[in-house]
Amino acid sequence: MKKYLNDNPLPFCKGCGHSLVSENTEKALNNLGIKPLDVILVTDIGCHGIIDKAFQTHTVHGLHGRSVALASGVSAGLNNPDKKVLVFLGDGGATIGMQHIINAAHYNYNMTVVIHNNFLYGMTGGQPSEFTPLGFKTPTLSEGADHSNYDICKIVAAAGANYVRRIIGIGDFSEQLTEAFSVKGFSLIEIIEICTSYAVKANPGMKLGKVAEKAGLVAKLYVNEDKKAFVTKVNNAHESLIEQIKVMTVNYKSNIKKPVRIMISGSAGEGVQVAAELLAKSAIISGLNSTKKGSYPVTVGVGFSSSEVIISPEPIKYTGFPSPEILFITSQDGLDYAKATISKMTENDCIYLDNSLNNPETKAKIIKHDYRNKTGSKYASIYALLYYINSSGIFPKEAFYDTFVQNMNSSKVDITTLLN
Amino acid sequence: MNDTNQKIGFIDNSRLITESLVKAGADVFVGYPITPANLLYYYANKRFPSFFAAPDEITTVQLMTGFSACSRIPVTATSFPGFALMIESINMAYMMELPMVIVLVQRLGPATGSATGGAQGDISMVSNIISGGLAIPVFSVSDPVDNWKISAKCVEMAVKLRTPVILITSKEEVMTQFSFDLNKLDEIKPIQRKFYEKDEAFKPYLADESLIPQFLPLTNTKHQVRYTASTHNSNGILQNSTKEALDNTERLHNKNIMHIKDYTFFKYDKQEGAEILIISYGITSMAAINAVETLRIEGIKISLLIVKTLFPIPIEYYNIVDEYNKIIFAEENLTGQYRKAMFGNQPSNKISGVNKMGKMIDPEEIVLKFKELVRETRTKEMGGVNSEQ
Repeated sequence: MKKYLNDNPLPFCKGCGHSLVSENTEKALNNLGIKPLDVILVTDIGCHGIIDKAFQTHTVHGLHGRSVALASGVSAGLNNPDKKVLVFLGDGGATIGMQHIINAAHYNYNMTVVIHNNFLYGMTGGQPSEFTPLGFKTPTLSEGADHSNYDICKIVAAAGANYVRRIIGIGDFSEQLTEAFSVKGFSLIEIIEICTSYAVKANPGMKLGKVAEKAGLVAKLYVNEDKKAFVTKVNNAHESLIEQIKVMTVNYKSNIKKPVRIMISGSAGEGVQVAAELLAKSAIISGLNSTKKGSYPVTVGVGFSSSEVIISPEPIKYTGFPSPEILFITSQDGLDYAKATISKMTENDCIYLDNSLNNPETKAKIIKHDYRNKTGSKYASIYALLYYINSSGIFPKEAFYDTFVQNMNSSKVDITTLLN
Repeated sequence: MNDTNQKIGFIDNSRLITESLVKAGADVFVGYPITPANLLYYYANKRFPSFFAAPDEITTVQLMTGFSACSRIPVTATSFPGFALMIESINMAYMMELPMVIVLVQRLGPATGSATGGAQGDISMVSNIISGGLAIPVFSVSDPVDNWKISAKCVEMAVKLRTPVILITSKEEVMTQFSFDLNKLDEIKPIQRKFYEKDEAFKPYLADESLIPQFLPLTNTKHQVRYTASTHNSNGILQNSTKEALDNTERLHNKNIMHIKDYTFFKYDKQEGAEILIISYGITSMAAINAVETLRIEGIKISLLIVKTLFPIPIEYYNIVDEYNKIIFAEENLTGQYRKAMFGNQPSNKISGVNKMGKMIDPEEIVLKFKELVRETRTKEMGGVNSEQ
């Protein structure tokens, strides 16, 4: 009486090794004494994949080559080493999904991957896979494969699997399967088979053992270790992201009547983003609304760094702006980056430019000052901003002082001196 | 912002989306890092009960599906390059009817395009990612309160409808920081899941009149569960194209259409007497709101429809459109992707667009388009003579 397979006939061609794998799996699971509904069989596309209807375990049937990744999710989701996650995969699926197999072995997920390696794609007409041995013929390779095959056992052993074995898929190999299934962590067993529909005719007189031997596919145990299997971390006690927000109190008053759009354009590592954030927060504690966005190249540590800040007595509904009213440029990178912006600025706008830079062509008013040398280039943006706050009275300079002290307590800059 | 009852923070929508998803019951984040979804990844790492750094985006959705089959609620965040890799696997989860939320942060394409440039260029793609054109819920929001509410709604609808749900946003929406009154955030309650409880054998794809089958995770030891990505019958057994199996596939579409009223979200700002309607969504809706304010200050009558449920397209949008002579779609892409989703490719006198690529649409551009349209209409009414020339 079968326990894991149902009474339906197995769906494979006469003489196909896949039937033997299913029958030996039945025996091996029985040897383990595991309950059928503690077994999850994950299959994908290929002849082997039509087996799930013959199993009375849980079954999951996914995409071609992705079953190991899917089973990794199942294994991590179950998070229970007493469950048995079995993956049936073909050599075609293993070719597409090689990364997933390596990844699963590397993480040491609780699962056993059974590779049905018959050296070709049986479902689509016998095309070669990366597992097809040199010289092996298929209906689409009448001259024989012109390159050698992957050795999945060596690859997976190198990736860190707990158990790796290759067997020739003839007769009763349920003992080897039992051993592989009983491993905690990741185990893989490669079963060398022959496709009766496509390989036998194409390679007359071929003996399975000989092909494997010639291809360097040694039937042996490669790894049997007991490294710690993967455990999914679950922590339901993380602090709410909203609770973490520092609530700001309005302590100051700004007299601005309409939105002011400010851009800081400088170099990476020179405090542009920090300065912009301090500006926005100072505005907020002065009773204003504020938005801030940053632009920088993907290599964040080099080149330009730019930030756009809007401060407004009214709610800000649109966070973009075509050009700023106030533009700080603290370095050559910043000047180069802001070129297009500068050309759009009008005579009502103002550019605060570092002394070291040449005046760009613009209608905007240019105010030059030495921002880089007073406190060092690292604080060029903050210094420029302070210069502006002091001279414009956009909000009380104490608002900036408070924000600076709260956000930059480790900074070496003497904010009191700077403010004066 | 001087109101003392306010609780002001300096925040961003990535934070709101992440917190809302977790509060609603999402409990595992799987992701591969990509700009401009980085902040979502960062927050997820600090907030989700479980966090997985996947080696690629195909693995991401495969892992998510495995988690979902064990009754966990997975989320990922990506951008076009990653999303493109995910599509086959999203189809798999859709076919298996396993809930999950995918946040797609749009950036400027094609291909790797500009990682730090914003865009609304993936609308056509998300409208039809399910092979066969079957319906999948897609939301787009911009306002912080909407980000809070609708992210939670994504989790709720994914679980209720047993489907992957897509929240489409963009770089400017999830990377911009802003001052915000935290008191505007209503409480979010976690979704309560119901599993199959009967003694009779469980049929994983047998649905009642709701068209939504009951769920059982792979952790259960009472009933056999089968999840299948291939065309299948109500038992989850692979079938080529039997009537039962094809009906099952059709049901996947029909359930999402049938329940659309539960997830139709839009804001219709109607002005009596207006003859022109502006339609927008996501990042550009901010510019549209601004443009409408400007026009109304000038005494011009204008209505605005902000669509938040992008797909499947709710019938209400067409009913609203029927009230107007002219429609202007404002969206940050070259070809008018949502306009075409609603009205196809045929040129129409009624429908026009404000479109742009590589930079946010400015409210002024919408105002100009509106005025141009009014001028054209007037010219036609006067027999082709433009009075302003």
